[in-house]
Amino acid sequence: MNNSIPKKLKYSRTHEWVRQDDDVLTIGITDHAQTMLGDLVYVELPEPESNVETGHECAVVESVKAAADVYSPVSGEVIEINEALLESPQLINEDPYGKGWLFRVKPFESEIAEDVAKLLTADQYTKQVASEAH
Amino acid sequence: MGKKTPLYDCHLIAKAKMVDFAGWDMPLNYGSQVEEHHKVRQDAGVFDVSHMTIVDFHGKDVAMLLRKLLANNIDRLVPGKALYTCMLNEQGGVIDDLIVYKMSDEFYRLIVNSATRDKDIAWMQKQASGFTIEMTERTDLAMLAIQGPRVRDKLANVLNSDDLQAVLALKVFHAVQLNHLFAARTGYTGEDGFEVILPAKDAAAFWHALLKADIHPCGLGARDTLRLEAGLNLYGADMDESVTPLVSNLAWTVAFEPAERDFIGRVALLKQKHEGIAECLVGLVLMGPGVLRNHQKVIIDGLGIGEITSGSFSPTLNKGIALARVPAGIGQRCRVEIRGKEVEAQVIKLPFVLSGKKNNIVTA
Repeated sequence: MNNSIPKKLKYSRTHEWVRQDDDVLTIGITDHAQTMLGDLVYVELPEPESNVETGHECAVVESVKAAADVYSPVSGEVIEINEALLESPQLINEDPYGKGWLFRVKPFESEIAEDVAKLLTADQYTKQVASEAH
Repeated sequence: MGKKTPLYDCHLIAKAKMVDFAGWDMPLNYGSQVEEHHKVRQDAGVFDVSHMTIVDFHGKDVAMLLRKLLANNIDRLVPGKALYTCMLNEQGGVIDDLIVYKMSDEFYRLIVNSATRDKDIAWMQKQASGFTIEMTERTDLAMLAIQGPRVRDKLANVLNSDDLQAVLALKVFHAVQLNHLFAARTGYTGEDGFEVILPAKDAAAFWHALLKADIHPCGLGARDTLRLEAGLNLYGADMDESVTPLVSNLAWTVAFEPAERDFIGRVALLKQKHEGIAECLVGLVLMGPGVLRNHQKVIIDGLGIGEITSGSFSPTLNKGIALARVPAGIGQRCRVEIRGKEVEAQVIKLPFVLSGKKNNIVTA
Protein backbone atom coordinates (compact mmCIF):
# COMPACT_ATOMS: atom_id res chain seq x y z
CA MET A 1 0.00 0.00 0.00
CA ASN A 2 1.54 3.26 -1.08
CA ASN A 3 0.06 5.78 1.35
CA SER A 4 1.07 9.37 1.27
CA ILE A 5 2.71 10.85 4.37
CA PRO A 6 3.51 14.54 3.72
CA LYS A 7 6.87 15.65 5.11
CA LYS A 8 5.66 18.98 6.45
CA LEU A 9 3.07 17.49 8.84
CA LYS A 10 3.48 15.97 12.29
CA TYR A 11 1.82 12.72 13.31
CA SER A 12 0.53 10.86 16.34
CA ARG A 13 1.02 7.15 17.01
CA THR A 14 -2.77 6.80 16.75
CA HIS A 15 -2.80 7.95 13.09
CA GLU A 16 -3.80 11.61 13.43
CA TRP A 17 -1.92 14.34 11.56
CA VAL A 18 -1.24 17.87 12.81
CA ARG A 19 -0.48 20.99 10.80
CA GLN A 20 0.74 24.12 12.55
CA ASP A 21 -0.16 27.56 11.15
CA ASP A 22 1.09 30.19 13.60
CA ASP A 23 -0.78 29.50 16.83
CA VAL A 24 -3.49 27.27 15.32
CA LEU A 25 -3.22 23.50 14.85
CA THR A 26 -5.33 21.66 12.25
CA ILE A 27 -5.97 17.98 12.91
CA GLY A 28 -7.13 15.11 10.72
CA ILE A 29 -6.61 11.39 10.20
CA THR A 30 -3.87 10.07 7.95
CA ASP A 31 -4.17 8.55 4.51
CA HIS A 32 -3.11 5.25 6.06
CA ALA A 33 -5.95 5.49 8.62
CA GLN A 34 -8.61 6.25 6.01
CA THR A 35 -7.34 3.41 3.80
CA MET A 36 -7.60 0.96 6.68
CA LEU A 37 -11.13 2.11 7.54
CA GLY A 38 -12.49 2.18 3.98
CA ASP A 39 -15.47 4.30 2.90
CA LEU A 40 -16.29 6.77 5.67
CA VAL A 41 -19.99 7.38 6.19
CA TYR A 42 -20.29 9.23 9.50
CA VAL A 43 -18.24 11.51 11.75
CA GLU A 44 -18.79 12.94 15.21
CA LEU A 45 -16.70 16.04 15.83
CA PRO A 46 -15.94 17.84 19.08
CA GLU A 47 -18.12 20.81 20.08
CA PRO A 48 -16.69 24.16 19.00
CA GLU A 49 -15.27 26.03 22.01
CA SER A 50 -14.91 22.79 23.95
CA ASN A 51 -11.53 21.72 25.27
CA VAL A 52 -9.71 18.66 24.03
CA GLU A 53 -6.96 16.86 25.89
CA THR A 54 -3.86 15.15 24.59
CA GLY A 55 -4.44 11.43 24.09
CA HIS A 56 -8.17 11.60 24.87
CA GLU A 57 -11.01 10.61 22.53
CA CYS A 58 -12.45 13.72 20.93
CA ALA A 59 -14.10 12.54 17.72
CA VAL A 60 -15.41 9.37 16.06
CA VAL A 61 -15.04 8.41 12.42
CA GLU A 62 -17.15 5.55 11.12
CA SER A 63 -16.78 3.63 7.91
CA VAL A 64 -19.22 1.03 6.63
CA LYS A 65 -16.89 -1.50 8.23
CA ALA A 66 -15.95 -0.02 11.60
CA ALA A 67 -16.05 2.86 14.06
CA ALA A 68 -12.75 4.41 15.17
CA ASP A 69 -12.03 6.91 17.92
CA VAL A 70 -9.94 9.95 17.11
CA TYR A 71 -7.54 11.00 19.88
CA SER A 72 -6.52 14.60 20.19
CA PRO A 73 -2.78 14.90 19.60
CA VAL A 74 -2.69 18.15 21.62
CA SER A 75 -4.50 19.93 24.45
CA GLY A 76 -6.38 23.09 23.69
CA GLU A 77 -9.62 24.76 22.72
CA VAL A 78 -11.53 23.70 19.60
CA ILE A 79 -11.92 26.87 17.53
CA GLU A 80 -13.37 25.38 14.36
CA ILE A 81 -14.74 22.09 13.09
CA ASN A 82 -15.04 20.90 9.50
CA GLU A 83 -18.82 21.05 9.11
CA ALA A 84 -18.60 19.87 5.50
CA LEU A 85 -17.77 16.39 6.87
CA LEU A 86 -21.17 16.08 8.54
CA GLU A 87 -22.79 15.98 5.10
CA SER A 88 -19.84 14.51 3.18
CA PRO A 89 -17.67 12.25 5.34
CA GLN A 90 -16.16 10.76 2.17
CA LEU A 91 -14.03 13.93 1.92
CA ILE A 92 -11.75 12.17 4.41
CA ASN A 93 -11.23 9.35 1.90
CA GLU A 94 -10.83 11.69 -1.03
CA ASP A 95 -8.52 14.28 0.53
CA PRO A 96 -7.37 13.26 4.02
CA TYR A 97 -4.80 16.06 4.38
CA GLY A 98 -6.91 18.77 2.72
CA LYS A 99 -10.71 18.92 2.56
CA GLY A 100 -10.90 16.00 4.98
CA TRP A 101 -9.48 17.89 8.00
CA LEU A 102 -11.46 17.32 11.21
CA PHE A 103 -11.02 20.28 13.58
CA ARG A 104 -8.77 23.19 14.56
CA VAL A 105 -7.35 23.78 18.00
CA LYS A 106 -5.83 26.73 19.73
CA PRO A 107 -3.38 24.92 21.99
CA PHE A 108 -2.89 25.76 25.67
CA GLU A 109 0.40 27.64 25.80
CA SER A 110 1.52 25.80 28.90
CA GLU A 111 1.31 22.44 27.16
CA ILE A 112 2.06 23.10 23.52
CA ALA A 113 5.81 22.63 23.68
CA GLU A 114 5.48 19.28 25.41
CA ASP A 115 2.65 18.12 23.09
CA VAL A 116 4.47 18.99 19.88
CA ALA A 117 7.67 17.38 21.13
CA LYS A 118 5.79 14.08 21.47
CA LEU A 119 4.53 14.09 17.88
CA LEU A 120 6.23 12.02 15.20
CA THR A 121 7.98 13.37 12.14
CA ALA A 122 6.90 12.05 8.73
CA ASP A 123 9.90 9.69 8.73
CA GLN A 124 9.09 8.34 12.17
CA TYR A 125 5.44 7.86 11.25
CA THR A 126 6.40 6.11 8.00
CA LYS A 127 8.46 3.63 10.05
CA GLN A 128 5.60 3.07 12.46
CA VAL A 129 3.15 2.30 9.62
CA ALA A 130 5.68 -0.07 8.08
CA SER A 131 6.20 -1.89 11.37
CA GLU A 132 2.43 -2.29 11.89
CA ALA A 133 2.17 -3.97 8.52
CA HIS A 134 4.35 -6.87 9.72
CA MET B 1 -1.83 -17.81 4.19
CA GLY B 2 -5.41 -18.77 3.68
CA LYS B 3 -7.14 -20.91 1.09
CA LYS B 4 -7.33 -19.40 -2.36
CA THR B 5 -10.22 -19.55 -4.79
CA PRO B 6 -9.48 -20.17 -8.50
CA LEU B 7 -9.89 -16.39 -8.95
CA TYR B 8 -7.28 -15.32 -6.40
CA ASP B 9 -4.87 -13.96 -9.02
CA CYS B 10 -7.74 -12.16 -10.76
CA HIS B 11 -8.48 -10.33 -7.52
CA LEU B 12 -4.89 -9.19 -7.17
CA ILE B 13 -4.89 -7.97 -10.77
CA ALA B 14 -8.10 -6.03 -10.02
CA LYS B 15 -6.31 -4.44 -7.02
CA ALA B 16 -8.51 -6.04 -4.39
CA LYS B 17 -7.97 -5.43 -0.72
CA MET B 18 -7.75 -9.04 0.45
CA VAL B 19 -8.93 -10.20 3.87
CA ASP B 20 -9.33 -13.46 5.70
CA PHE B 21 -12.87 -14.84 5.58
CA ALA B 22 -13.41 -18.20 7.28
CA GLY B 23 -9.89 -19.26 6.35
CA TRP B 24 -10.09 -18.00 2.77
CA ASP B 25 -8.19 -15.07 1.25
CA MET B 26 -11.09 -13.10 -0.17
CA PRO B 27 -11.57 -9.65 -1.72
CA LEU B 28 -13.09 -7.14 0.72
CA ASN B 29 -13.30 -4.45 -1.95
CA TYR B 30 -11.54 -3.27 -5.09
CA GLY B 31 -11.23 0.33 -3.90
CA SER B 32 -14.61 1.45 -2.61
CA GLN B 33 -17.24 -0.89 -1.22
CA VAL B 34 -19.85 1.86 -1.41
CA GLU B 35 -19.24 2.34 -5.14
CA GLU B 36 -19.46 -1.43 -5.64
CA HIS B 37 -22.73 -1.44 -3.72
CA HIS B 38 -24.22 1.23 -6.00
CA LYS B 39 -22.98 -0.62 -9.10
CA VAL B 40 -25.03 -3.67 -8.11
CA ARG B 41 -28.13 -1.61 -7.30
CA GLN B 42 -27.95 0.43 -10.51
CA ASP B 43 -25.82 -1.50 -12.99
CA ALA B 44 -24.07 -4.87 -12.74
CA GLY B 45 -21.49 -6.47 -10.45
CA VAL B 46 -19.75 -9.81 -10.05
CA PHE B 47 -18.73 -11.50 -6.81
CA ASP B 48 -16.38 -14.43 -6.40
CA VAL B 49 -18.25 -16.77 -4.09
CA SER B 50 -16.12 -19.82 -4.78
CA HIS B 51 -15.39 -20.11 -1.07
CA MET B 52 -18.93 -21.40 -0.58
CA THR B 53 -19.34 -25.14 -0.26
CA ILE B 54 -21.05 -27.04 -3.07
CA VAL B 55 -22.21 -30.53 -2.17
CA ASP B 56 -23.83 -32.83 -4.73
CA PHE B 57 -26.10 -35.64 -3.56
CA HIS B 58 -26.75 -38.53 -5.93
CA GLY B 59 -28.64 -41.75 -5.38
CA LYS B 60 -32.04 -43.30 -5.05
CA ASP B 61 -32.52 -42.27 -1.40
CA VAL B 62 -31.55 -38.62 -1.83
CA ALA B 63 -35.08 -37.22 -1.62
CA MET B 64 -35.79 -39.36 1.43
CA LEU B 65 -32.66 -38.05 3.16
CA LEU B 66 -33.35 -34.40 2.32
CA ARG B 67 -36.94 -34.66 3.58
CA LYS B 68 -35.42 -35.47 6.95
CA LEU B 69 -32.38 -33.18 6.79
CA LEU B 70 -34.03 -29.90 5.70
CA ALA B 71 -36.75 -27.80 7.35
CA ASN B 72 -38.22 -26.76 4.02
CA ASN B 73 -39.84 -29.41 1.87
CA ILE B 74 -37.98 -30.51 -1.25
CA ASP B 75 -41.15 -32.16 -2.52
CA ARG B 76 -42.12 -28.64 -3.60
CA LEU B 77 -39.36 -28.85 -6.22
CA VAL B 78 -39.44 -29.93 -9.83
CA PRO B 79 -36.15 -30.53 -11.68
CA GLY B 80 -34.42 -27.20 -12.27
CA LYS B 81 -36.01 -25.48 -9.28
CA ALA B 82 -34.29 -24.24 -6.11
CA LEU B 83 -35.38 -23.77 -2.51
CA TYR B 84 -33.98 -21.76 0.40
CA THR B 85 -34.01 -23.69 3.65
CA CYS B 86 -32.45 -24.14 7.07
CA MET B 87 -30.77 -27.31 8.27
CA LEU B 88 -31.69 -27.73 11.94
CA ASN B 89 -30.47 -29.71 14.91
CA GLU B 90 -32.87 -31.68 17.14
CA GLN B 91 -33.46 -28.56 19.28
CA GLY B 92 -34.55 -26.58 16.22
CA GLY B 93 -31.33 -24.53 16.26
CA VAL B 94 -30.01 -23.48 12.87
CA ILE B 95 -26.91 -25.49 11.86
CA ASP B 96 -26.81 -23.58 8.58
CA ASP B 97 -28.97 -21.99 5.91
CA LEU B 98 -28.56 -23.18 2.35
CA ILE B 99 -29.98 -23.38 -1.13
CA VAL B 100 -30.95 -26.77 -2.52
CA TYR B 101 -31.32 -27.27 -6.27
CA LYS B 102 -33.21 -30.25 -7.60
CA MET B 103 -31.51 -31.36 -10.81
CA SER B 104 -33.33 -34.71 -11.14
CA ASP B 105 -35.13 -37.21 -8.90
CA GLU B 106 -31.79 -38.69 -7.89
CA PHE B 107 -29.54 -35.61 -8.03
CA TYR B 108 -29.76 -32.58 -5.74
CA ARG B 109 -27.12 -29.87 -5.29
CA LEU B 110 -26.74 -28.07 -1.95
CA ILE B 111 -24.81 -24.84 -1.43
CA VAL B 112 -23.85 -24.18 2.16
CA ASN B 113 -21.76 -21.52 3.90
CA SER B 114 -17.99 -21.72 3.95
CA ALA B 115 -17.63 -20.77 7.62
CA THR B 116 -19.79 -23.77 8.58
CA ARG B 117 -18.36 -26.21 6.04
CA ASP B 118 -16.79 -28.69 8.46
CA LYS B 119 -19.74 -29.08 10.79
CA ASP B 120 -22.22 -29.12 7.89
CA ILE B 121 -20.40 -31.95 6.14
CA ALA B 122 -20.04 -33.89 9.38
CA TRP B 123 -23.74 -33.46 10.18
CA MET B 124 -24.86 -34.45 6.69
CA GLN B 125 -22.62 -37.51 6.71
CA LYS B 126 -23.96 -38.56 10.08
CA GLN B 127 -27.59 -38.17 9.01
CA ALA B 128 -26.92 -39.94 5.70
CA SER B 129 -25.84 -43.19 7.30
CA GLY B 130 -28.19 -45.96 6.23
CA PHE B 131 -29.34 -44.10 3.10
CA THR B 132 -28.25 -45.17 -0.37
CA ILE B 133 -26.68 -41.92 -1.48
CA GLU B 134 -23.37 -40.56 -2.64
CA MET B 135 -22.29 -37.19 -1.30
CA THR B 136 -19.58 -35.27 -3.16
CA GLU B 137 -18.07 -31.96 -2.19
CA ARG B 138 -17.33 -30.12 -5.45
CA THR B 139 -14.00 -28.45 -4.72
CA ASP B 140 -13.31 -28.69 -8.46
CA LEU B 141 -15.84 -25.93 -9.17
CA ALA B 142 -15.82 -22.15 -8.93
CA MET B 143 -18.87 -20.01 -8.26
CA LEU B 144 -19.66 -16.45 -9.29
CA ALA B 145 -22.63 -14.27 -8.38
CA ILE B 146 -23.50 -11.83 -11.18
CA GLN B 147 -26.01 -9.33 -9.87
CA GLY B 148 -27.71 -6.10 -10.84
CA PRO B 149 -30.45 -4.67 -13.09
CA ARG B 150 -28.22 -4.55 -16.19
CA VAL B 151 -26.77 -8.06 -15.91
CA ARG B 152 -29.22 -9.50 -18.44
CA ASP B 153 -28.16 -6.99 -21.10
CA LYS B 154 -24.47 -7.34 -20.42
CA LEU B 155 -24.41 -11.15 -20.50
CA ALA B 156 -25.03 -10.93 -24.25
CA ASN B 157 -21.33 -10.09 -24.56
CA VAL B 158 -20.26 -13.01 -22.40
CA LEU B 159 -22.29 -16.10 -23.31
CA ASN B 160 -22.79 -17.78 -26.66
CA SER B 161 -26.30 -17.40 -28.05
CA ASP B 162 -27.60 -20.83 -26.99
CA ASP B 163 -26.35 -20.41 -23.42
CA LEU B 164 -27.61 -16.84 -23.29
CA GLN B 165 -31.06 -17.90 -24.37
CA ALA B 166 -31.20 -20.65 -21.73
CA VAL B 167 -29.93 -18.37 -18.97
CA LEU B 168 -32.23 -15.46 -19.78
CA ALA B 169 -35.20 -17.83 -19.90
CA LEU B 170 -34.66 -18.88 -16.27
CA LYS B 171 -37.41 -17.91 -13.87
CA VAL B 172 -36.55 -16.71 -10.38
CA PHE B 173 -35.09 -19.54 -8.26
CA HIS B 174 -34.68 -21.81 -11.28
CA ALA B 175 -31.42 -23.36 -12.48
CA VAL B 176 -30.08 -25.04 -15.58
CA GLN B 177 -27.00 -27.16 -16.32
CA LEU B 178 -25.45 -26.17 -19.65
CA ASN B 179 -22.41 -27.71 -21.32
CA HIS B 180 -19.80 -25.68 -19.50
CA LEU B 181 -21.69 -23.99 -16.75
CA PHE B 182 -24.49 -24.30 -14.26
CA ALA B 183 -26.59 -21.15 -13.97
CA ALA B 184 -29.26 -20.25 -11.43
CA ARG B 185 -31.40 -17.14 -11.11
CA THR B 186 -30.55 -16.68 -7.45
CA GLY B 187 -28.46 -14.29 -5.39
CA TYR B 188 -27.87 -12.51 -2.13
CA THR B 189 -28.29 -8.86 -3.05
CA GLY B 190 -32.00 -8.17 -3.56
CA GLU B 191 -31.34 -7.52 -7.26
CA ASP B 192 -32.02 -9.64 -10.29
CA GLY B 193 -29.10 -11.75 -11.38
CA PHE B 194 -27.52 -15.17 -11.59
CA GLU B 195 -25.22 -17.45 -9.73
CA VAL B 196 -22.95 -19.39 -12.06
CA ILE B 197 -20.97 -22.51 -11.23
CA LEU B 198 -18.23 -23.70 -13.58
CA PRO B 199 -15.03 -25.77 -13.59
CA ALA B 200 -12.26 -24.04 -11.61
CA LYS B 201 -9.98 -24.09 -14.67
CA ASP B 202 -12.49 -22.03 -16.68
CA ALA B 203 -13.17 -19.48 -13.95
CA ALA B 204 -10.48 -16.91 -14.72
CA ALA B 205 -11.38 -16.65 -18.41
CA PHE B 206 -15.06 -16.29 -17.54
CA TRP B 207 -14.23 -13.61 -14.92
CA HIS B 208 -12.23 -11.61 -17.45
CA ALA B 209 -15.07 -11.87 -19.98
CA LEU B 210 -17.49 -10.49 -17.37
CA LEU B 211 -15.18 -7.57 -16.58
CA LYS B 212 -14.74 -6.90 -20.27
CA ALA B 213 -18.54 -6.74 -20.56
CA ASP B 214 -18.43 -3.88 -18.04
CA ILE B 215 -19.63 -5.96 -15.10
CA HIS B 216 -17.81 -4.59 -12.06
CA PRO B 217 -15.87 -6.69 -9.57
CA CYS B 218 -17.44 -6.44 -6.10
CA GLY B 219 -16.08 -7.64 -2.77
CA LEU B 220 -17.43 -9.11 0.43
CA GLY B 221 -17.94 -5.62 1.87
CA ALA B 222 -20.57 -4.71 -0.71
CA ARG B 223 -22.01 -8.21 -0.52
CA ASP B 224 -22.75 -7.62 3.16
CA THR B 225 -24.44 -4.20 2.81
CA LEU B 226 -26.44 -5.44 -0.20
CA ARG B 227 -27.78 -8.50 1.60
CA LEU B 228 -28.56 -6.42 4.69
CA GLU B 229 -30.56 -3.88 2.66
CA ALA B 230 -32.34 -6.85 1.06
CA GLY B 231 -33.25 -8.10 4.56
CA LEU B 232 -31.42 -11.39 4.05
CA ASN B 233 -29.97 -13.09 7.12
CA LEU B 234 -26.28 -13.81 7.55
CA TYR B 235 -25.51 -17.10 9.21
CA GLY B 236 -23.44 -16.67 12.37
CA ALA B 237 -24.73 -13.12 12.91
CA ASP B 238 -28.52 -13.22 12.56
CA MET B 239 -28.99 -16.87 13.38
CA ASP B 240 -26.98 -19.81 14.67
CA GLU B 241 -27.55 -23.03 16.60
CA SER B 242 -28.88 -21.15 19.65
CA VAL B 243 -31.98 -19.85 17.82
CA THR B 244 -34.69 -21.33 15.61
CA PRO B 245 -35.97 -20.12 12.23
CA LEU B 246 -39.18 -19.06 14.00
CA VAL B 247 -37.37 -16.25 15.85
CA SER B 248 -35.16 -15.42 12.84
CA ASN B 249 -37.75 -14.14 10.36
CA LEU B 250 -37.50 -17.53 8.61
CA ALA B 251 -40.78 -19.17 9.61
CA TRP B 252 -41.73 -19.00 5.92
CA THR B 253 -38.93 -21.46 5.14
CA VAL B 254 -40.25 -24.14 7.50
CA ALA B 255 -42.72 -26.58 5.95
CA PHE B 256 -44.82 -28.09 8.74
CA GLU B 257 -47.12 -29.63 6.14
CA PRO B 258 -47.43 -32.47 5.35
CA ALA B 259 -47.58 -33.39 9.03
CA GLU B 260 -46.07 -36.83 8.42
CA ARG B 261 -42.76 -35.38 7.17
CA ASP B 262 -40.59 -35.77 10.26
CA PHE B 263 -37.70 -33.40 9.57
CA ILE B 264 -34.99 -32.88 12.17
CA GLY B 265 -36.05 -30.10 14.56
CA ARG B 266 -39.76 -30.40 13.81
CA VAL B 267 -40.75 -31.47 17.32
CA ALA B 268 -38.77 -28.63 18.91
CA LEU B 269 -40.26 -26.04 16.55
CA LEU B 270 -43.83 -27.23 17.18
CA LYS B 271 -43.19 -27.00 20.91
CA GLN B 272 -41.83 -23.47 20.54
CA LYS B 273 -44.83 -22.50 18.43
CA HIS B 274 -47.20 -23.97 20.97
CA GLU B 275 -45.54 -22.16 23.87
CA GLY B 276 -45.57 -18.86 21.97
CA ILE B 277 -42.89 -17.07 19.97
CA ALA B 278 -41.29 -14.61 22.38
CA GLU B 279 -38.84 -12.93 20.00
CA CYS B 280 -38.60 -11.84 16.41
CA LEU B 281 -36.03 -10.49 13.98
CA VAL B 282 -36.92 -7.06 12.60
CA GLY B 283 -35.38 -4.31 10.51
CA LEU B 284 -34.28 -1.03 12.15
CA VAL B 285 -33.55 2.29 10.48
CA LEU B 286 -31.70 4.90 12.48
CA MET B 287 -33.71 8.14 12.41
CA GLY B 288 -30.73 10.48 12.78
CA PRO B 289 -27.22 10.25 11.34
CA GLY B 290 -24.90 7.43 12.33
CA VAL B 291 -24.21 3.75 11.84
CA LEU B 292 -25.76 0.75 13.59
CA ARG B 293 -23.42 -2.05 14.69
CA ASN B 294 -23.69 -5.69 15.72
CA HIS B 295 -24.50 -6.27 19.40
CA GLN B 296 -25.79 -2.78 20.15
CA LYS B 297 -28.59 -2.80 22.69
CA VAL B 298 -32.16 -2.10 21.52
CA ILE B 299 -34.56 -0.57 24.05
CA ILE B 300 -38.32 -0.91 23.59
CA ASP B 301 -40.34 0.99 26.18
CA GLY B 302 -42.62 -1.25 28.22
CA LEU B 303 -41.44 -4.37 26.41
CA GLY B 304 -37.81 -4.92 27.27
CA ILE B 305 -34.54 -5.04 25.40
CA GLY B 306 -33.22 -6.61 22.25
CA GLU B 307 -29.95 -6.74 20.36
CA ILE B 308 -28.72 -5.82 16.92
CA THR B 309 -27.55 -8.96 15.13
CA SER B 310 -26.31 -7.23 11.93
CA GLY B 311 -25.77 -3.50 11.84
CA SER B 312 -24.23 -1.35 9.15
CA PHE B 313 -24.74 1.66 6.96
CA SER B 314 -27.08 1.54 3.98
CA PRO B 315 -25.51 3.24 0.96
CA THR B 316 -28.92 3.28 -0.77
CA LEU B 317 -30.84 4.90 2.10
CA ASN B 318 -27.83 6.84 3.38
CA LYS B 319 -28.81 5.76 6.90
CA GLY B 320 -27.76 3.32 9.58
CA ILE B 321 -29.73 0.07 9.26
CA ALA B 322 -29.79 -3.21 11.13
CA LEU B 323 -31.43 -6.51 11.77
CA ALA B 324 -32.25 -6.89 15.45
CA ARG B 325 -33.68 -9.65 17.60
CA VAL B 326 -36.31 -8.05 19.83
CA PRO B 327 -39.26 -9.07 22.02
CA ALA B 328 -42.34 -10.01 19.99
CA GLY B 329 -44.95 -7.27 19.82
CA ILE B 330 -42.49 -4.45 19.15
CA GLY B 331 -44.18 -1.36 17.72
CA GLN B 332 -42.82 1.08 15.18
CA ARG B 333 -40.27 2.85 17.32
CA CYS B 334 -37.40 1.87 19.57
CA ARG B 335 -34.09 3.26 20.77
CA VAL B 336 -30.60 1.95 20.19
CA GLU B 337 -27.72 2.56 22.57
CA ILE B 338 -24.70 3.92 20.69
CA ARG B 339 -21.61 4.83 22.71
CA GLY B 340 -23.70 5.32 25.86
CA LYS B 341 -26.33 7.47 24.16
CA GLU B 342 -29.85 6.32 23.27
CA VAL B 343 -30.94 7.26 19.76
CA GLU B 344 -34.28 6.83 17.99
CA ALA B 345 -34.82 4.11 15.42
CA GLN B 346 -37.77 3.10 13.28
CA VAL B 347 -38.89 -0.53 13.10
CA ILE B 348 -39.66 -1.53 9.52
CA LYS B 349 -41.05 -4.44 7.61
CA LEU B 350 -38.20 -6.03 5.66
CA PRO B 351 -36.60 -5.59 3.21
CA PHE B 352 -35.09 -2.10 3.37
CA VAL B 353 -34.50 -2.08 -0.38
CA LEU B 354 -36.19 -4.17 -3.05
CA SER B 355 -34.97 -4.25 -6.66
CA GLY B 356 -33.26 -0.91 -6.29
CA LYS B 357 -36.26 0.79 -4.61
CA LYS B 358 -36.46 2.03 -1.05
CA ASN B 359 -39.08 0.06 0.78
CA ASN B 360 -41.25 1.05 3.76
CA ILE B 361 -38.96 3.83 4.84
CA VAL B 362 -40.46 6.87 6.51
CA THR B 363 -37.99 9.72 6.32
CA ALA B 364 -39.48 11.69 9.19
